[in-house]
Amino acid sequence: MRSIFKPLRGLVLAEFESSAALLDAARKVREAGYEKFDCHSPFPVHGMDEAMGLKRSPLGYVVGVVGSLGLLGMLGLTWWTSAVDYKFLISGKPFFSWQAYIPILFAITVLCSAFGAFFGMLSLNQLPRLFHPIFNSERFAKVTDGGFFVSIQSDDPSYDENKVVAFLQSIGGRNVEVVNGD
Amino acid sequence: MLGNPTFEKITEAVSRIVERKPTRWWYGLFSVSVALTLMLVANLVYLFWEGTGIWGLNNPVGWGWAIVNFVFWVGIGHAGTLISAILFLLRQRWRTSINRFAEAMTIFAVICALLFPAIHVGRVWVLYWVFPLPNQMSMWPNWRSPLLWDTFAVGTYFTCSLLFWYVGLVPDLATLRDRAKSKIRKIMYGLFSLGWRGGNRQWKHYELAYLVLAGISTPLVLSVHSIVATDFATSLLPGWHTTIFPPYFVAGAIFSGFAMVMTLSLIARKVFNLEDIITPRTLERMNKIILVTGMMVGYAYSMEFFIAWYSGNEYERFAFINRAFGPYAWAYWIMVSCNVIVPQLFWFKRLRTSIPVMFVASILVNVGMWFERFVIVVTLSRDFLPSSWDYYSPTIYDIMIFVGSFGLFFTLFLLFLRYLPMVAMSEVKGVLPQADPHHSHAGGHQ
Repeated sequence: MRSIFKPLRGLVLAEFESSAALLDAARKVREAGYEKFDCHSPFPVHGMDEAMGLKRSPLGYVVGVVGSLGLLGMLGLTWWTSAVDYKFLISGKPFFSWQAYIPILFAITVLCSAFGAFFGMLSLNQLPRLFHPIFNSERFAKVTDGGFFVSIQSDDPSYDENKVVAFLQSIGGRNVEVVNGD
Repeated sequence: MLGNPTFEKITEAVSRIVERKPTRWWYGLFSVSVALTLMLVANLVYLFWEGTGIWGLNNPVGWGWAIVNFVFWVGIGHAGTLISAILFLLRQRWRTSINRFAEAMTIFAVICALLFPAIHVGRVWVLYWVFPLPNQMSMWPNWRSPLLWDTFAVGTYFTCSLLFWYVGLVPDLATLRDRAKSKIRKIMYGLFSLGWRGGNRQWKHYELAYLVLAGISTPLVLSVHSIVATDFATSLLPGWHTTIFPPYFVAGAIFSGFAMVMTLSLIARKVFNLEDIITPRTLERMNKIILVTGMMVGYAYSMEFFIAWYSGNEYERFAFINRAFGPYAWAYWIMVSCNVIVPQLFWFKRLRTSIPVMFVASILVNVGMWFERFVIVVTLSRDFLPSSWDYYSPTIYDIMIFVGSFGLFFTLFLLFLRYLPMVAMSEVKGVLPQADPHHSHAGGHQ
């Protein structure tokens, strides 16, 4: 929500040579004490979460909760419609024959879990988001092709533009550029 | 991957297909497909006007080509999820080159499949009765009916496949957005890529979401076709109450689905010069899966016969002898030749790696699998009472609607090839040797 109320002033972007160099740079940026930084790559780089010091994604819990709610909701609906609201005797079977409802309960649980995974992922990533200062960089278009970038945002507590530029250059970053948010 | 391409080469090879003007081939195929789709629409209008009496249904066979086509198309869809989800969970890296259009195939095949149960009901305008919607008659669906299970299972399957496909597409749409030249392309790909930035903080949630979607799609594949099989297996008719139906239908679905992926990928790699990305090794592995599932289907055929004899039930025994030697023997033997004998070719490495052989074989397998469902359905034409026996034959409308559904499938597929990346670029890049930061040559791009 922060990003909506207080637009990001800018960030410093540095390019790295390969996934190995990016991994190395992530470790150094983290050790230098920066918090609001990210490592951009065309594909997920193995071991990057550890290098950046990121915790596991909480998405699994989101999926678990949404899926369970779907299951309980559907169980309630089948019970209410067939055993309470409109009782209908079919071949002498019990009104609430839950065994026969398992295929539907399963399908609804899976459906709700899938929605949980999809919308949960989007909200954790703050997507869809069509404007971000980083898109002001011409060079950044390479990130979805074969480029590896480190970005340090201006809202980082220890952000000082000149220091950050010098730091990124010192750890091997090329084409270091300051990208403004407006 | 052949020739160890760089990341940029992969982007170029895949994006170029979408960015260039389509070839004459594409226009030719597209016009044929659209014409067939229009034929489908015209037939559907006539069907809604006149009713299902225009089909060749008769008294013993109450649900003819509609259910045959439904099961056929759902089956085609299964390989897509299998390739995407199950091979993803099993860390089979060769899937990356074919998973995107296998998933697209799933979605379009399920659209075609959903068409048939929807139109067979007669009064199409009250189709919403299958959903638990409150209404003034205080009428609810019968949760005990396998046909209602179908609605929920296939509907869920379609939605989950669509989400899985779209999540996989987002990073590649961002690639197209970043390469876009024209304004309209920038806006469209910009909207659909949702502002993807490829940051690791995004990849972290993204990868888990993908894993979860793969994980929940896996049991879904097995359950959906088991429920489709249950449409048949809960009945009391001879030949239709065998407990082998669910596993047998699932194996058959994967069998026919892989054959369809094979046909489509052979055409795609030829027409779009993707020989380096869809390698002969990938094709050979798919042929091995076709061989395995083909033998599972063959086992199911023989086991059905064995149980028919072993059960001592004379109606059951008659149903199976009638299948093989009755008035529909021709369909039965087409089925056996295509599904059991043809895949045996793949025991030989020479045939397994030969492009023309696998192309013809994959088409024959799909023909055979259509006939499998046909054989199961027309068994109905001879039930308990000889006085009610009849010979079922389709009308021209049955045929036109089935052919039209192929038109719908290929129209959607050709549009997909035109506007979306047909190979999952970010995933292919991720399995290149230089993508691994611990690789010995990871100093830079080769």
